[in-house]
Amino acid sequence: MAVLSTPKSAVQLASKGRPLKEHLFRIALLSSLAIALIFLGMLLIYTLEEGWGRLNPMLWENMPSIRRPETAGIQSGIFGTLWIISLTALMALPTGILAAIYLEEYADRGRWYNKIIELNISNLAAVPSIVYGILGLGIIARWLQFGFTVMTGAITISLLVLPIVIISAREAIRAVPPSIREGSLALGATQWQTIWRQVLPASIPGIATGSILALSRAIGEAAPFLMLGAATLVRFNPEGVWSSFTVLPLQIYNFISQSREEFHVLAAAAIVVLLAILLVMNSVAIWLRNRYQKRW
Amino acid sequence: MKYAGRLAAVTLAGVLSLAACGGGDAGTEAEPGATTAASEGAETAPAALSGEIKIDGSSTVAPLTQAAAEIFGEEQPTVKIAVGTSGTGGGFEKFCAGETDVSDASRPIKDEEKANCAAKSINFSELTVAVDALTVVVPKENTWATCLTVDQLKKAWEPAAEGKVMSWKDIDGKFPDEPLKLYGPGTDSGTFDYFTGEVNGEEGASRKDYSPSENDNDIVNGVAGAKGGLGYFGFTYFEENMDKLNAVQIDSGSGCVTPSVETAQNGTYTPLSRPLFIYPSTAAVKRPEVAAFLDFYVANINSIAKDAKFIPLNAEQEAKLKSDLTALKAS
Repeated sequence: MAVLSTPKSAVQLASKGRPLKEHLFRIALLSSLAIALIFLGMLLIYTLEEGWGRLNPMLWENMPSIRRPETAGIQSGIFGTLWIISLTALMALPTGILAAIYLEEYADRGRWYNKIIELNISNLAAVPSIVYGILGLGIIARWLQFGFTVMTGAITISLLVLPIVIISAREAIRAVPPSIREGSLALGATQWQTIWRQVLPASIPGIATGSILALSRAIGEAAPFLMLGAATLVRFNPEGVWSSFTVLPLQIYNFISQSREEFHVLAAAAIVVLLAILLVMNSVAIWLRNRYQKRW
Repeated sequence: MKYAGRLAAVTLAGVLSLAACGGGDAGTEAEPGATTAASEGAETAPAALSGEIKIDGSSTVAPLTQAAAEIFGEEQPTVKIAVGTSGTGGGFEKFCAGETDVSDASRPIKDEEKANCAAKSINFSELTVAVDALTVVVPKENTWATCLTVDQLKKAWEPAAEGKVMSWKDIDGKFPDEPLKLYGPGTDSGTFDYFTGEVNGEEGASRKDYSPSENDNDIVNGVAGAKGGLGYFGFTYFEENMDKLNAVQIDSGSGCVTPSVETAQNGTYTPLSRPLFIYPSTAAVKRPEVAAFLDFYVANINSIAKDAKFIPLNAEQEAKLKSDLTALKAS
């Protein structure tokens, strides 16, 4: 974050000497940014326009209905998604953060097994999500006999986000200056005390941002759930971790493939709800980062 | 401790921001055993059934089953019915592994799927719940293809046509030289199996250079957007898109027949009118909630079909469905 402020001053200094090149570079940067923003804007305008008429309380008060698409809601999908994401957070965040602490603070990087672990975590972060779906179906749903339940979905999604959580938590922990650790150790603190009282509090903004972004990615996943065989037409909310469920992206996928036009409008409204949930999560990430940020 | 609290707050931040919205059901989380126990309930009184019925299979049949589940839910709100749309093949895979109670299918069960079921000693029965007219469509601009024979369809879709039949002229010399743009369902679909079986003579045998899609709306848009477009899907998708598409009449040797509710019901729309099935497992039918659901489904089959915009059964087929269910329950 400190990096962001330096280029500005560099630009100001350099613009006196080589104005043309600097201006061209700035235009290139701004137009790259504009491409991302224009597409986001187009997506938002398109879905809002399409789904506007259905953005009313019926959306979260009612269950999906194949017979009455004009009054149907997406309550089961909203609740399913919340269940999955909450359980995923409970499972993946502590595991991921602890793994990151081990890798950064305790692991001897010279050891071959630590090298293999590091290599594999980077690899896992790049594995397509449908592969996690196959894993979840084969091992969790069938071999462990968890069936097509909230638990199976949450474990699968936890495995999917775990590498991302580990990598971002490691980055955050690594960003804590070694002088902080050395100072703490020099004052007689043990390694555990140093990590718990100095390193972790200082890396909280980074860990939180990375974790929430990882969960945001998980919220939009449809592929692993398709593979897992989460039901698409569910008219009840999950009542526990062993309940059948559906998630918002699957409902959207299903609505879009229906023949009646009303379902396509409903799908657009559901996309707006999904985007709203994502926006809330990302705002929390930004707020946490700003709230706890430290500068050295 | 200040830091400990802060750390805990952060690890839970994602959860909390969400749990805040979903707070309503937080209290039920503590009873994970409750749902599994419910399906084993020994209730016999039809007054208040409970439990969960798992259904998966064809996405074509799913809206019908879901409509049945919705109306049934008004009478039995505590019976939970989850309907998946893994496709006919995907549905049978789960059904024969004992993971679902009822399988939706847009084609009859295959021999290898039967063998899978037999290996897990899962017995089942086949119930025909509706009919469908598999509709061949062309865009409105297409003025030449009002009626196609099965042979002409085969010429366009058979594996040998790949890379060769690229223009309407190649199907029939009388047609204009308009590039042929083919759209159809993906190979996992029961619709694909049925069409290839009836038209090309072998299930799954199709040319591969067409645009496949699991979403029938893509086929609608693809065909509507290309003058030389040709595609096929279930009748409901045509009914909803009559303003963009024309249905081709099919001549199987006894004249051109328009796909419609009547011709599908009376069986004159050959060979593309097809039955749609549900496959309940014999073991599941022993459970009172499954038996009650199937009774309801079958007793109200034609009003459910109309509600979900399916083609209802004719009187003879309806009578057969009822006797099939009685036989299944007696077994």
